[in-house]
Amino acid sequence: MDRPLLDVEDVTLQYKTRDHLVTATYRVGFQVHTSERYVVLGPSGCGKSTLLKAVGGYMTPTEGTIRLKGETIRQPGPDRMMVFQEFDQLLPWKTVRQNVMFPMLVTGNLSPREAAERARSYIGKVNLTNCADQYPHTLSGGMKQRVAIARAMAMEPDILLMDEPFAALDALTRRKMQDELLELWDEIRFTMIFVTHSIAEAIKVGSRILLLSPHPGQVIAELNSVPRTGAGPDEARLLEVRIHEMLFAQPVEAQLARA
Amino acid sequence: MRAPERSAPVAQRPERLSTAVDARDFAIASKPLSTAAKIANNTVLWKIGILIVLAAIWEIYGRWLNNQLLVPTFSATVAAFVNSVLTGGLLLKVWVSIKVLLVGYAAGVTIAAILTMFATTTRLGAELLETLTAMFNPLPAIALLPLALIWFGLTPLSLSFVLIHSVLWPVALNTHSGFVSVSPTLRMVGKNCGLRGLRYVALILIPAAFPSILTGLKIGWAFAWRTLIAAELIFGVQSGSGGLGWFIVNNKNILDIPNVFAGLLTVIIIGLLVENVIFRTIETRTIRRWGMATS
Repeated sequence: MDRPLLDVEDVTLQYKTRDHLVTATYRVGFQVHTSERYVVLGPSGCGKSTLLKAVGGYMTPTEGTIRLKGETIRQPGPDRMMVFQEFDQLLPWKTVRQNVMFPMLVTGNLSPREAAERARSYIGKVNLTNCADQYPHTLSGGMKQRVAIARAMAMEPDILLMDEPFAALDALTRRKMQDELLELWDEIRFTMIFVTHSIAEAIKVGSRILLLSPHPGQVIAELNSVPRTGAGPDEARLLEVRIHEMLFAQPVEAQLARA
Repeated sequence: MRAPERSAPVAQRPERLSTAVDARDFAIASKPLSTAAKIANNTVLWKIGILIVLAAIWEIYGRWLNNQLLVPTFSATVAAFVNSVLTGGLLLKVWVSIKVLLVGYAAGVTIAAILTMFATTTRLGAELLETLTAMFNPLPAIALLPLALIWFGLTPLSLSFVLIHSVLWPVALNTHSGFVSVSPTLRMVGKNCGLRGLRYVALILIPAAFPSILTGLKIGWAFAWRTLIAAELIFGVQSGSGGLGWFIVNNKNILDIPNVFAGLLTVIIIGLLVENVIFRTIETRTIRRWGMATS
């Protein structure tokens, strides 16, 4: 197998709150290869979002290294575009089109004409051509997330970092967005890390799944998701049960279950 | 009604399928309101109506009192206003005031920008700004005029000094608190695009904090305008020249009360124009359009 695109090596992450030093993850290691849909799955408080922020360059590991194409990550950069859970990630003072163009223009990677062309193409890919000149506050939550995805993808980054992008959406919209994301992947074959706490979402969206334990996050397992074609609904269900058991095989819970 | 037995099975009901009526086939999807309903709902018309009633009350009271030295009538005030505009150089006086105001305002905003920049980038700056604002915000700028007159004499510099004081603190305070409350997500988006330093401030922080900044500018303007007129009342007496404030005092001294009222009317009109035309336009073109307005 060739060299991984992203190499996370024994990363321990700590952050300070007002009066505590919290260890978010402890010696977590994994590798992401090109065109993988890599899902980081774990319960709330397992440090998965913190881990993604570290890959994004927003925080420095206290231990271990994170390398993208062999280069150690030290600060945020447009080669790793992030999509957040919050709807307020769009710049409210810019229209959909201007939002998508914003990173391309400020990084100076593209001329305004090329940026406009690319923005048009990616806005089309997320089915928002009719809303291109609207301001974000006029859009629904799902549409806002689509804009954020288009904005990140239009940069054609080495890796796309998605921090529970669908968690704040209603269940129906969420399923639709998952389908659309997979369709986009079929078309572009981008590489992404997708953080979620939903087992079903992990199996549906991911090609490979990293399971983290809660508090502080440590690797429990790294599994392959079920293939998207040829696998019956039973296979997905079995995997879901298996993951569920792995995540909740904690001693306390086991005792409670026996009692 | 008697509670059903626990063991009783829930009756199986048949499924139901139906087709929704197409939205185009509804009698009314949306229909414009009648003209009368629109007029009754128009805020501007309401305000104009109230102003007309107030003017009428004023006119009637003035005529009833029949004492030009205490309360001239509305019509006499308007006549004095028109006359002063045409022959008495009222517009020139207004221009003198506005010029001083603009200089002071611009200087105040500039200093506020520098101070806020310092406060945004360093802990020392933030603490310094908070302390200074807490100290100087409650101090009415006009209270500094005596001191300013000693320091700078009867020069426009004295007026600028009090104006800067009245603009600086509200603008700096609001801008800083606007910067502080920019959402962490937007900050991360900015950093993600590789923005650093001044470009980050200009492209992310300033637009994101624009509602607060605009509030600061509005409060600053209101303080400055009131301070300037008050300052001119005192300053004019001592220097024997000046703008709108001086126009008011001077006419009082020669007992031309309709002109005093005309001067006050001008102060109100300019205040209203700036607050309701200039700032309102900026607001509708920016934060209202962006859905960032809080009210």
